[in-house]
Amino acid sequence: MSATTQDALHSDDHHDDGHMPTGLDRWVFTTNHKDIGTMYLVTSLVMFFVGGSMAMVMRAELFQPGLQFVDPQFFNSLTTVHALVMVFGAVMPAFVGLANWMIPMMIGAPDMALPRLNNWSFWLLPFAATLLLLTFFLPGGAPAGGWTLYPPLVMQTGDSFPFVVFAVHLLGASSIMGAINVIVTIMNMRAPGMTLMKMPMFVWTWLITAYLLIAVMPVFAGAVTMLLMDRFFGTSFFNAAGGGDPVLFQHIFWFFGHPEVYIMILPSFGVVSQIIPTFSRKPLFGYSSMVYATASIAFLSFIVWAHHMFTTGMPIAGQLFFMMGTMLIAIPTGVKIFNWMSTMWKGELTFETPMLFAISFVLLFAIGGFSGLMLAIVPADYQYHDTYFVVAHFHYTLVPGSVFAIMAAAYYWLPKWTGYYYNETIGKWHFWTSTIFINVLFFPQHFLGLAGMPRRIPDYPVQFADFNMISSIGGFLFGASQLLFVAAVWSSVKGTKKAPAKAWDGAEGLEWTLPSPAPYHSFAEPPEVK
Amino acid sequence: MFNRLRKPMLLAAAVFVSFAMVTTEAFAAWELDMPIGVTTLSNEIFELHRLILIVCTVICVGMFGFIFYTFATCRRSQGAKAASFTHSTKAEIIWTIIPTIILIVFAIPSARSVIAIEDTSGADLSIKVTGYQWKWSYDYLDQDKFFYSSIDKASYAAAQKGSGIDPATVEHYLRNVDKAMVVPVNQKVRILLTSDDVIHAWWVPELYVKKDANPGFINEMWFEATETGIFRGQCTELCGRGHGFMPIVVVVETQENYERWLAGELAWDATAQNLVATNLNSTAENTLAAR
Repeated sequence: MSATTQDALHSDDHHDDGHMPTGLDRWVFTTNHKDIGTMYLVTSLVMFFVGGSMAMVMRAELFQPGLQFVDPQFFNSLTTVHALVMVFGAVMPAFVGLANWMIPMMIGAPDMALPRLNNWSFWLLPFAATLLLLTFFLPGGAPAGGWTLYPPLVMQTGDSFPFVVFAVHLLGASSIMGAINVIVTIMNMRAPGMTLMKMPMFVWTWLITAYLLIAVMPVFAGAVTMLLMDRFFGTSFFNAAGGGDPVLFQHIFWFFGHPEVYIMILPSFGVVSQIIPTFSRKPLFGYSSMVYATASIAFLSFIVWAHHMFTTGMPIAGQLFFMMGTMLIAIPTGVKIFNWMSTMWKGELTFETPMLFAISFVLLFAIGGFSGLMLAIVPADYQYHDTYFVVAHFHYTLVPGSVFAIMAAAYYWLPKWTGYYYNETIGKWHFWTSTIFINVLFFPQHFLGLAGMPRRIPDYPVQFADFNMISSIGGFLFGASQLLFVAAVWSSVKGTKKAPAKAWDGAEGLEWTLPSPAPYHSFAEPPEVK
Repeated sequence: MFNRLRKPMLLAAAVFVSFAMVTTEAFAAWELDMPIGVTTLSNEIFELHRLILIVCTVICVGMFGFIFYTFATCRRSQGAKAASFTHSTKAEIIWTIIPTIILIVFAIPSARSVIAIEDTSGADLSIKVTGYQWKWSYDYLDQDKFFYSSIDKASYAAAQKGSGIDPATVEHYLRNVDKAMVVPVNQKVRILLTSDDVIHAWWVPELYVKKDANPGFINEMWFEATETGIFRGQCTELCGRGHGFMPIVVVVETQENYERWLAGELAWDATAQNLVATNLNSTAENTLAAR
C-alpha cells in the first residue's frame, strides 16, 4: 500500500517536472483525468457513428414497405445492438468523459481522486464494446430480442448469448468504478470554501447520477446473471414451466432501466444549467430549487419502473400507483424548465453554438417530456404502448435531450480543452441541420404510433408508408449532418483562433480561471472559493 | 433583427401547427391521431387522450411562445442589459402548485377508466387467445370452436425479401389473415390471453385493447363492440423474426351471422376480405401450408 502511495507521489513529482509519457504508453497507462476524459469522448463519438450506422440501415429498410435490404432477424439484431451501443457505448461514456475532464477543473482539484481506477474503468469499455459488436459474427448472429433482453425471447439468442451477458457485466463494472470515482472526487477534493450548495450544477447532477449508477448497475448485472443461470445452469427464474415468471425479469430490468434513463438525462440538465447562464450573462435562476428538483427526480426514478409494463397484466392498484408516481415526475422536471426559461428572461442573450444546442435541448426535451406525461396515463398508454409513439417519445428525450446536451458541452468546453475556438460557421450549420432534421426524423413517428404502427417491425402495412419515408429522409440527413460535428471538433483541435482563459465572456466557474488549453494537471494549488 | 428570428419561429410554428392539426378524419395515409374506436369504452379513452394532448400542446405552445419572446426582446444585439435576479420564491411556488393541480385533474378520470378497463366480470362469451411464433390461435370456450390464424398468403408472398411484389398491390398488406376471429356486436367479449413460447401482445387499435400474452400465465381483458365491421391489428411485443408478420383480424358481426359462423355456414375468406357462405366459396379453407 505504502509502495503504491510512494509510486503515486513519485509520478506526480515526475509530471511536475513538465514531462509526460508520450506515444502509446501515454494513453494505455495514463492516470490523467484529461487523457482519460479524451479517450472516453473519442470512444463515445466512434460508438455514436457505429450505432448511428445501424440506425441508417434500419431507416433504409423502413424507407418503403416490403423487405428490400435485410432479413427480419438481422433487422431485430440491429434494433437491439443499436440501442445497447447508443446507451452503453455512446451516451453514458460521453458523460463520463465530460465528468473526467470537467469535475476536477470545476471543483478546483488537481485530478480525479482514484486515477488508477479511472484508467481501468475506461479500458474495460473498448473491450466490452468490441465483445458486443463481435456477436454479429458468431453463429446465430447478434442478440435480436431487443435491448431490454426480455426472456423467453432472449433465450433464443445463438452462441452470442454469454458474450452479451459478459459485455454487460464489463460495461456495468466500468460504470460503477467511474461512479465511485466521481463520488469520492466530489466528496473529498473540493477547493476550500466550495460547500455542496456552491458546487456548479454540472457537478451536482453528476454526483446524483453517480449514486444512481451505483444503485442500479448491480441490479442489471444480477438480472443478466439470472438469465445466464436459466440458460446454462438449469434454474427457472424466468421460466414458467419451472415455476418462474418471465414478467419478473421485466420488473428487475426496469428497476434498473428507469433510473438508467435518468442517468442519461441528469448530467444533460447539468450541462444546460452551465451553458444557459453563460450566454444569458445572468446567474442560474433558482439554483437551490434546481438541486432539489434533481434529487427529487432521482428519488422518483426508483418508484416508477413499472410504467414500462402497464400491458403486462398488473393489478389495478399497481397500475394506479405507477401512473401517479410517474405523473409526479412532471413537477420537478417542470421546475427545471421554468428555471431555465427564467434564467434567459431579462438576460443579455447571444447565440453561439453551445447556446443554440442548449436552447434546442430545452425546447425539444419538453416535447419528449410532454409525450412522457401522456404515456403515464394508463388508459391511453394501452394504446401508445410498444408503438412508434413510444419510439418518438424516448428518441426526443435521448437525442435532442442527451445527445444535444453532450454536443452543447463539447462546443462549450472545446476552447478550454484545445486552447482554440472551433469554427463557428461549421458549428452553426451543424446546429441548424441537426435541429431541423431531428424533427423531420422523429416528429412523424408520433403520428405513426397513434395510427397503429407497432415498434420493432422490419416491414409495415402500406398505410404507414408516407410518414415512414419522411422519417427515413430525416434520418439520413440527420446522420449526414453529424459529420459536421467531426469537422467542428477538428477545427478546434487544429485551431487557428486562440481562446483566452475565459473563453466566453459570460462564463463563471473555476474552470475558466485556468489557462486555455488547461494544463496537464489542473489545480496544483487549491483555489479559494468565496 | 426579426429577420434572424424568422427561421426558428417559422420552424416552431410549423411543428406546432402540425401537432395541433390532429384530426380524426381519415385522410388516407396521412393519419395523425388515434382511431376513435368502436367499443363501449373507446370513446372515453379517446377523449382522455385528446384532453391530455390538447393540454400538453397548449402548455407547450405557451412555453415556446415565452421563450421566443425572450429571444426577441432580451438579446445583446438589441442592446439588452442583463438583470441580476437569482430566484423568486413566489414564482417557484406557483409553478409547482399549478402543475400539481393539472395532474390531479388528469389522475381522477384516468383512474376511473383503468378500473372500468380491468372489470372483466359478466362477460357474454370468453375466447382464449394464444400467441405462437408466429401466429395466433382462438379457442371459443364452451363453443367447441378452435382454429389457428396466420398471415394470409398474398401478404406472406409479398413480404419475402426480393419478392418483386409491390406491397401496395396487396390488399391489407400485413393486416390480413387466413382465418379471422368473429365476435357478436353489443356483447361483452372476454379475452383470455396466453402464449405458447415467447411473449406476444394482442392489439386491435379500434377495439382499444392491448395486453401481453405471457407464456405460463393468463391475462384477461374485454371489449364490447357497438358497431359491426372488420378491425385489424398486429402483434405488439417483439417476438422474434416473424414479429412483424402475425396480424390480427376481428370481424364484429350481428348475433345471427355470428351464430351462422359458429355453425360453419359462414367462413372468413381472405381474398374476399369478408365472411362468405361456405357452400358458395371453397377458398375459405385458405391455410398457409408453407409456414
